[in-house]
Amino acid sequence: MIALTWRQFRTQAALAFGLLAAIAVALAVTGPALVHLYDTSVLPCQAQGDCSLVTSAFAGRDHLLQDLGTVLVVVPGLIGLFWGAPLAARELETGTYQLAWTQGVTRKRWLAVKLGLVGLASMAVAGLLSLMVTWWSSPLDRVNTDLFAQFGQRGIVPLGYAAFAFALGVCAGLVLHRTVPAMAVTVAVFVGVRLAVTYWVRPYLFAPLHLIAGLRAPNGNGTGGGGLTPSRPGDWVLSDQVVNAAGRVIGQDGAINLGPGRLGFAFGPAGDGRVALQGVGTCPNRFPALFGAGGGQGPTPAFVRATQECVTRLGLKEVLTYQPTYRYWPLQWYETGIFAGLALILAGFCFWWLRRRYA
Amino acid sequence: MTAALAAEGLGKRYGRRWALSDCTLEVPPGRVVGLVGPNGAGKTTLLHLAVGLLRPTAGSIEVLGRPPGDNAGQIGRVGFVAQQTPVYSRLSVADHLRLGGWLNPQWDAEAARRRISQLGLDPDQRAGRLSGGERAQLALTLAVAKRPELLVLDEPVASLDPLARREFLQLLMSTVVEHEVSIVLSSHLVADLERVCDYLVVLASSRVQVAGDVDDLLAAHRRLTGPRRDPAALPADYEVIEESHTNVQSSFIVRYGGPVYDPAWTVEELSLEDVVLAYMSRARSGAGVARRGLSVLR
Repeated sequence: MIALTWRQFRTQAALAFGLLAAIAVALAVTGPALVHLYDTSVLPCQAQGDCSLVTSAFAGRDHLLQDLGTVLVVVPGLIGLFWGAPLAARELETGTYQLAWTQGVTRKRWLAVKLGLVGLASMAVAGLLSLMVTWWSSPLDRVNTDLFAQFGQRGIVPLGYAAFAFALGVCAGLVLHRTVPAMAVTVAVFVGVRLAVTYWVRPYLFAPLHLIAGLRAPNGNGTGGGGLTPSRPGDWVLSDQVVNAAGRVIGQDGAINLGPGRLGFAFGPAGDGRVALQGVGTCPNRFPALFGAGGGQGPTPAFVRATQECVTRLGLKEVLTYQPTYRYWPLQWYETGIFAGLALILAGFCFWWLRRRYA
Repeated sequence: MTAALAAEGLGKRYGRRWALSDCTLEVPPGRVVGLVGPNGAGKTTLLHLAVGLLRPTAGSIEVLGRPPGDNAGQIGRVGFVAQQTPVYSRLSVADHLRLGGWLNPQWDAEAARRRISQLGLDPDQRAGRLSGGERAQLALTLAVAKRPELLVLDEPVASLDPLARREFLQLLMSTVVEHEVSIVLSSHLVADLERVCDYLVVLASSRVQVAGDVDDLLAAHRRLTGPRRDPAALPADYEVIEESHTNVQSSFIVRYGGPVYDPAWTVEELSLEDVVLAYMSRARSGAGVARRGLSVLR
């Protein structure tokens, strides 16, 4: 059965691993140059101080190859599409299952060998590609402050994605009996699950940390307040909220929501000579005149101090919710485990379905 | 001896439709059994149940004395050539023989190779490029080379031209002689089966209409023609399969227990095709009523 599986799969395997080899060559040729550039340009400048120009120039290197990361996002989906979905669907569609399942091999073994062999190849392709990309882009990732943006394109999660997409494709093919609908379902479900995990599961796998501080007063127009930043540049910020004294969320990104139709200044006249912070309440303190005697260009220092006093006395706080960088690898393992688990459940479903549906 | 195929109240349902129902059957071993019936009669369903590709909804089936389960030993005892003889179109003829060797413990590689060269098939040819006849021969070669005790063929000649049809059946018969294998093959044409089968099962409207030795079937059925008469006037042990009447004349196809003594009747022997067609048309007139009932339900 292993020999038959290999005979049926070898062309596709050769194609995939051939492409992989080509990519490996391209990366092996350019990778050392990238490391060298990092050592000669970024490192010395970091020793001296500010080097945003150098790092941004460095981060823009080899854009074509950097796009491999994007390819890596697509690869598990392609595996599900072209290796998973047709695996059972094509046999059921063309009737060759009647040939395969009436030889001296049980269906269970047929499925076990196919799932095992092609599944392992799927994980190998995704794993190797991820390994190469992770290695090649490690100098770039060191200057990249947004580490979590590439979470799905680095490390071990692509392995989990590939296993899941493949098992999903096989299941869809087994249930639908047709290759093209099975492909469509595979892509739709895979993309759906990936997005759902990225936005609704991954941020909360570990309870996020909070950073809380008194709100810095907005510059009159409600923007430009806040100012909390995570302790390390690579931390993954989930939200940056403004809460009032009662703990109710009244704004995002360190600014107060002025509400629909209310534009312009966050601070405005409250009527009786007092000043109101729109959407929050009346300031308890008295405000000096907005402009100085000469009608200057901006608010007077006394006015700015008054706005800060108002915000502080109203008890407004900024709450930063984030996942720290040191959780990057635990999250990688956790998410890989989730997708591997889903893949195992789907594989189990395939066996169950095969038993139930076909004797 | 254990029966090649024994079914008891066997039924298979797809959704709300019974593809096969209440099928009770016992086919002796060492025979060439023809399974005949119109398209959609449930032939494929019955054969798939026999080779274990389907699981019965009702009743039971035994093949060579054991349920056709999903275990390697039992699968190895039964060879199967499926309808339209599916093969892997991208694999070569030689690949198919290798495949048989990989999957079957008792594979007769030498015989398979010999047969392919006798047939004049190019081992390097892709199976997808073979003609329908060649593909059927390849599928039969695969099924035979695994040395089965029972060979099941589902409409093997339906898509073949007359010449390929004859060659295929010749090959099949030489297999029987060589390997002492029981054979069950289906067709919707009696003519295909008449030459090779010695046992016949007529399946129509999802039910077994009649089953038996071909000679017995021929001996037990007669056409009676005579003056117009009510079927009730016939002796009690005569089962009327088909009747037709004109103003003055009645004609019956009957299954009878003994000779006809009434001189008013002309008694004719029937061909196998006449017998089969009589049972099929009886089944259809019954099924017609059932179908009308179903359409009202919808």
